[in-house]
Amino acid sequence: MTVTDTPERDDSEKAAEARPAKLGAVGWARWFWRTLTSMRTALILLFLFALASIPGSIWPQRGVSDAMVGQYYADDPELAEWLDRFWLFDVFKAPWFAAIYLLLFLSLIGCVLPRTMAHLRELRKKPPAAPRNLSRLPQHAVLDGDLTVEEAARRLRRLRFRVTTGPGWVSAEKGYLKETGNLLFHVALLGLLVAIGVGALYGYRGNVLVVEGDGFANTVAAYDRYMPGQQVNAESLEPFSFTLEDFQATYIAKGDKRGQALDYSAKLAVSDLPGAPERTYELKVNEPLDVNGTMTYLLDHGYAPTFKITDGKGQVAFEGSVPCLVIDPATFTSECVIKVADAQPEQLGILVAFLPSTVPAEGGEWVSIFPGAANPTAQVYGAFAGDLGMRDGVPQSVYEIPPEIQKKLKPLVMKADPLAVGQKLDLPGGAGSIEFTGVKEWIALQITYDPGRMPALLASVLATVALVFSLTVRRRRVWVRVGEGPQARAEAGGLTRTGGDFGEEFASVVAALNHGSNPGVKDAR
Amino acid sequence: MPAEADPVLAALSDQLILATVLLYVIAMLAYALDLAFGRAPAEASAAPAEPVLAAVGGAAAPAASASQREENGDTALSEAEETSEAGEGAGGTQPAPKPLPVWVTKAGTAALALSWLGLVVNLAALATRGLAAGRWPWGNMYEFVIAICLAAVAAFLLMQLRYPVRFLGAFVVGAAALGLGAAVHALQVEAGPAMVALNSYWIAIHVSAAIAASGLFIVAGACGVIYLIRNDAAVHLPTREELERVAHRAIVIGFPIWTFAVIAGALWADKAWGRYWGWDPKEIWAFITWIVYAGYLHARATAGWKGRSATVVQLVAFACLLFNLIGVNIFIPGLHSYAEIPG
Repeated sequence: MTVTDTPERDDSEKAAEARPAKLGAVGWARWFWRTLTSMRTALILLFLFALASIPGSIWPQRGVSDAMVGQYYADDPELAEWLDRFWLFDVFKAPWFAAIYLLLFLSLIGCVLPRTMAHLRELRKKPPAAPRNLSRLPQHAVLDGDLTVEEAARRLRRLRFRVTTGPGWVSAEKGYLKETGNLLFHVALLGLLVAIGVGALYGYRGNVLVVEGDGFANTVAAYDRYMPGQQVNAESLEPFSFTLEDFQATYIAKGDKRGQALDYSAKLAVSDLPGAPERTYELKVNEPLDVNGTMTYLLDHGYAPTFKITDGKGQVAFEGSVPCLVIDPATFTSECVIKVADAQPEQLGILVAFLPSTVPAEGGEWVSIFPGAANPTAQVYGAFAGDLGMRDGVPQSVYEIPPEIQKKLKPLVMKADPLAVGQKLDLPGGAGSIEFTGVKEWIALQITYDPGRMPALLASVLATVALVFSLTVRRRRVWVRVGEGPQARAEAGGLTRTGGDFGEEFASVVAALNHGSNPGVKDAR
Repeated sequence: MPAEADPVLAALSDQLILATVLLYVIAMLAYALDLAFGRAPAEASAAPAEPVLAAVGGAAAPAASASQREENGDTALSEAEETSEAGEGAGGTQPAPKPLPVWVTKAGTAALALSWLGLVVNLAALATRGLAAGRWPWGNMYEFVIAICLAAVAAFLLMQLRYPVRFLGAFVVGAAALGLGAAVHALQVEAGPAMVALNSYWIAIHVSAAIAASGLFIVAGACGVIYLIRNDAAVHLPTREELERVAHRAIVIGFPIWTFAVIAGALWADKAWGRYWGWDPKEIWAFITWIVYAGYLHARATAGWKGRSATVVQLVAFACLLFNLIGVNIFIPGLHSYAEIPG
């Protein structure tokens, strides 16, 4: 990403190639620096940068699609291990990726710094003296009338040229914004990199699942998953809290797209500070909650049916909601696991299929045909008694009973009929009962604080604006020579330093020189 | 947003798309006739009515000033030589061209008229689709491809107003006809509401910018392909220098728009997904495309990279763009999976 169009670049390339046979440490350093900042190296680094990003789209990335990374480990642990050794699940955090972009940005600095100096010098310098023979220039015209140097200079200044004069000639130049834009664009890219870095160091991200009726307070302990930047202090989290009062999902009911979601809306009661009065906020997919720059996003949702479970001793061992995993997003067929650790005399593990819109299918099966909860049922397809292994200290997923533990449990029920809300299933042998008491929904939230957001936005906007100047403005020079004697005529010549079409504009400059003013010239770049 | 689409408007949109394909195909044939039997560009540029291709090495200078230079006895100008060479290549070495049959001379004009008409019908198809669904008409792959074809033809026709690039017509309009045909054949889905995440005003900003930039990149890509397949005997095609200049022009306009599209996408992602940049596959390939086009702009400014090498870089960037449009939507799962490919 080096600045385009550099005569200096070409020189340093030659220097890089013709390196002397014997070099001291300083010589090597200089050679390295010149090679690094040469345009060819910059181009190669640029293409390497693009090439190095490709694996990130081929293999799933941690933090983007963790579940798929897990699938790789499950399918072929050895291959996954090897892929991981080359950071292919973390391409954008890989040292080799960092090496490429750090070298690229170093190359960029090495190019931008000297060019900024040169440009600043040039901004203070006067345009160069007129060449002897203007008719040799790409653009040339003979001017009519007798024009004096002073008058030509005045007319060119009116066209916003930067003008200098000498004996019998005028030299004018404009389009300095091209290089200014070029340099600012590259500086803005550096700024963007810094902003991203600041965001990664001083920001944090966390995920949490909240069931209707439950609340969340922004503390590290409240997160299901919390990913802080290195410089984040756990005490510094924005102290807001909220309760999820209601969640609504609406779906298309008819036609080809039946079951496709139309809208999600979560009603939150938010306290910006502990003890502050609550305000209501409607959280939607494109409308995050903003509390002083800490953003809460609605990412996902699902069902959390509620159950009341009575154990073998007749006591209520569990009462509450159970968030379920969505198995089929088209129908929201879900699977839930209830681990009743307090059940007596033995712990109970219950596997439930939750069907939001239940209809009977062939072979005595039951299926869901729609994601909305039109006819919700909970079907117990496995109930087990025994030690669930939750006191071993080995962390377990709340969404499954590990197969090796399930093997040791005593099966009670294999497949029961679906329960409607309010119905109860008695477990055989007096082991207790399961009552399906209602349906709630859960939402998955991401909470993000990124202090680099606004700086990154400013840098991007600056980069785009500067890019437009850099690509559209041309640097152009116009000279006028005024002859001496009665037969003499004035002539003008012009060129652009960066190529492109100058004929049309030159013609209008000539017209302005001839007539003193030209309403047709609007180009004031 | 209405849950149901207007079936009458949706059906009208489907028919307008078919009409567009038909118009584009006929226009392409007319362009091909014009290309095969019409005047070679060098001759055409000699004709006074035809605008001179802007800046043949900065030699857009009108004929009057060229003769003036000769008057001054200054023939060392490379541009003047180029101009006279071109004149020789076309008229000097050949006998005076036979007058062309009327159907050939009219083919080019007819092709342009058909393309403009096709563009209007294409736009109408997109508009009725949007009205039918009650939202911006680029909410799935089918609509997106239609919009891109529209943008490519529009980019070509608008460039054609300023520069003599009619030769591109057969390629760009032909590609648009193919694209629309493929969309109707493989991607068509019933008009209806878009996915929830697309319910944002950002779709008007981010996706429109991406579509406009893609249209320009398609024009540049067509130039690049012609550049590579053109042999020196093909007098009906413009010179390589001209092809490169047209491609460069399109990319110089398209690149800032693409930059803007990526930034607008980041702003939207910040609203919808909780981060402005997250290396989603679509983001990765938009980034790669951006980098390679940036590489092209640098390559053109570097000694030894102009011409063929720069064109190859440009085409690699174009391939990345196409992969991002087609490959990522269909083959790679990610947050941008809005394709709704009919199963």
